[in-house]
Order: sequence, then structure tokens, then C-alpha cells
Amino acid sequence: MCLALPGKVMTIDRLSKPTMGKVSFGGIRKDICLEYVPDVKIGDYIIAHVGFAISTMDEEEANKTLELFDEINRTED
Amino acid sequence: MRYIDEYRNGQYARTIAGRIRATVTHPWTLMEICGGQTHTIVKYGIEELLPENITLIHGPGCPVCVTPTELIDKAIGIASQSDVILASFGDMLRVPGSSKDLLTVKAEGGNVRILYSPLDAVAIARHNPGKEVVFFAVGFETTAPTTALAVREAARLRLRNFSIICSHVLVPPAVLALLSSPHSRIQGLLAAGHVCTVMGYEEYVPIATTYRIPIVVTGFEPVDILQGVYMTVKQLEEGRSEVENQYARSVQREGNVSAQKLMQAVFDVTDRKWRGIGMIPNSGLMLKNEFAEFDAELRFDTARTTVEESPLCIAGEILQGMRKPPECPAFGSQCTPERPLGAPMVSSEGACAAYYRYGTVKPERKEAGLLQEGRG
Repeated sequence: MCLALPGKVMTIDRLSKPTMGKVSFGGIRKDICLEYVPDVKIGDYIIAHVGFAISTMDEEEANKTLELFDEINRTED
Repeated sequence: MRYIDEYRNGQYARTIAGRIRATVTHPWTLMEICGGQTHTIVKYGIEELLPENITLIHGPGCPVCVTPTELIDKAIGIASQSDVILASFGDMLRVPGSSKDLLTVKAEGGNVRILYSPLDAVAIARHNPGKEVVFFAVGFETTAPTTALAVREAARLRLRNFSIICSHVLVPPAVLALLSSPHSRIQGLLAAGHVCTVMGYEEYVPIATTYRIPIVVTGFEPVDILQGVYMTVKQLEEGRSEVENQYARSVQREGNVSAQKLMQAVFDVTDRKWRGIGMIPNSGLMLKNEFAEFDAELRFDTARTTVEESPLCIAGEILQGMRKPPECPAFGSQCTPERPLGAPMVSSEGACAAYYRYGTVKPERKEAGLLQEGRG
């Protein structure tokens, strides 16, 4: 039930009620409600759950974590 | 896919597992709350990567599993009426009520539909003015805002033929109920990342302090889970009991404020019965008075049923992390996904379904889990 996946925002329709947009999940585009991510921009990654974006991905945080793993791997090799 | 594949990277997983092995000096029992996390753990064999003295027990985080049978029977009663379209998520339709499930109602000619989004139910109501459209709304705090928006849309569009059966439940009250049980073996918690995406994690701080257990907000991919386990175990070894956030790419401390606001505008908190567990105070959501016209339980006159669960099924103990699915005598014999006795065998988040599907059973681990005493 709480399954949610990251996708990239391709279009935003702020005139529609509620705010909707096209989001790409690995190339598959879906209509996603963007009402709960009011500051979202085209190109942002969002986390989508049952057709709704519930957060905008903090890409800096995501990359920071991955860089940390890479660093650990390097020092332990 | 970006931001998924990286978190399924085997090299990262082995690296973190190595760090866990280097950190652990005591046996520890952790609970992951969310059924989605349980599926990741069983599917990717995460327990195989962990040292023997770390035990993962599975929590109640399967909304479909804890929806009371009486409510499913009510939905079946409503869906069986001729002028009704009943819509819900696919998982909900396969959960057994006292005599059948909603898919059987569909097979018998009922108009039962599987939804992708709660907004689809609003669209169905708009396109079918001659029908009553009922959305069977289930889910934790992750899903509740999506139902809230559907109700607000129905109100804005003045839809008279739309209503919901509201079975939304809240995680922190259930966590409190589990931790205050004398049977609790939980020494550390992996909190559900998507619930916290909506709600933030401040409400877990008093829980961590009161019960002196570390709580780590954790994501859903294998590397996320391993990192969540590492952060929890590190706290335990250092004698800390804080709330930390592993899933910072999605979760902020305050959560999604606009989603919380609409939830609060549409729902009140209420006591709720959890299937297999019992009544938990302040653990459910109900429509506020001003949205009562959208309450299907008020709109439809449905008979109250009293329900007895199968005496063979130990779903309640499984949902509370007291036992694991392979310990159930009916597991895989009298109870399978095709012929389930209890909801955890059907739902894509149910622990029994995960063990049945991915089939990882290590008898020696099972015994270790049973023998281990909690820290109290």
C-alpha cells in the first residue's frame, strides 16, 4: 500500500484542478497529481504514491549518500 | 531506473553488511514496521547478509491486513447492491471477508473496479451520475492525503453520488500499542519511510525517549534497509535511543505540510479496531462532520456482522511480530495466496505472502528468534 516510486516530472499543468503533470518512470509516462508538491519544477524527481507526488526528491541528499558508499568502498578495497 | 538501481547495488549492500558485522557485539531484535520493507527483506534475502545475532521481526504495516473483517463485509454488502460501483486498490479486493472477498462479488456480477488513484473514483462518479460510486479507502498516513484530496474534489464538484468507506489507520498509535505490550521483544525500530514522507518524524521522538529505543526512518530498497539496520544497531551498541533519518532523499523532519493540512481539514482521529490485533485508541481516521455526506457507512444501511476468524490463522501474532509466517501450521498447506485464511497471505505487503512468494526459511534462525528475550 505504501509503495512509492521516483519519477521525473516532464510537464506541469497548473491550470488544472487539482494540479497535474506527466511524470516519467523509466520512460513510462503517467498522469500524476502534483497538488502536494507546490514548489515542483520540470526536471525534478518526485516520489509518487497511488498517482500522487508525496515529496520532491532531495537529489543532493540522494547523491551525498551514494558518494558516501563509494568512498567507503574505495577505502575498504 | 534512476534512484532505484543505485539502492539495489550489491556492492553497496555487501559493504554496509560488513559494517554491521564489524559493529555488532550483542544480539539485537529490530522490527521493520512497513510491509513493503518486509517484502524487500525477504525478496533480497537481507537476513542472509546480517550476522546471526541480528533478528528482524515484521511489523503490522499492512493496511489491507489490519482492515477489520466487519468493514470488508460492509463493503461486500454495499458492492452487492445493483446501483453501486465499488472501487478500491487491487489488494483490498482479494482480502477475505467472513464469507467471500470483493473479487467474488465482481465475479457474481457486482460492479467492482480496481483503481490506480483515488482521483479515479471521483472521475468514475462524474461519468456515472446514475450510479452510487463508493471508494473503499484504505492505507496509512501515506495514502490518507490522497483520499482527502478526492473527497475535497467531490465536494468542489458537488458530486452527490460519491462516498467513501474510510479505513485509514495511523502508525504511531500502533507502534505504542506494540511497545507497551509485555510480549514486546523490540529493541530498535525501522520506521516507515513513506509514512514519514507525509508526516515527518517528530512524533517518534517521544516514543524513542519513553521506550528508550532507537528509531531510524528507513527507505524501501535493499541498500536503504541495510543502512537503516546499521544506523539502528550502531545506536544500540553505543547506548543511544534517538530518532535518525536514513531516507533523507524523501523525508524531511516536518514532513509534507500541505498534505498534512488537507488531511486535518477532511479527517478527525478516532479509535479503530485492527484485524488480528484489536482496538487501538486514536489509531484511525474518520470524515469530519462537514464531510459526513460522503460517508458511505451513513449513506448505506448495512447490517452489522460479528465475525470469527479461522482458528488456524495466527495473523494477529504475525502482525505484532510475535511469530513468523513459517511457524504457522497452516502456512503453505491450508493457507496459500490462492486460498488464504488470513489477510497477510494475500496482500502484496503481507508477511505471509512475502515468505510464500520468495520462500526463504532458515529453521535455525526461526528458533533463535523464538528463544530470544527482549530487553524489556
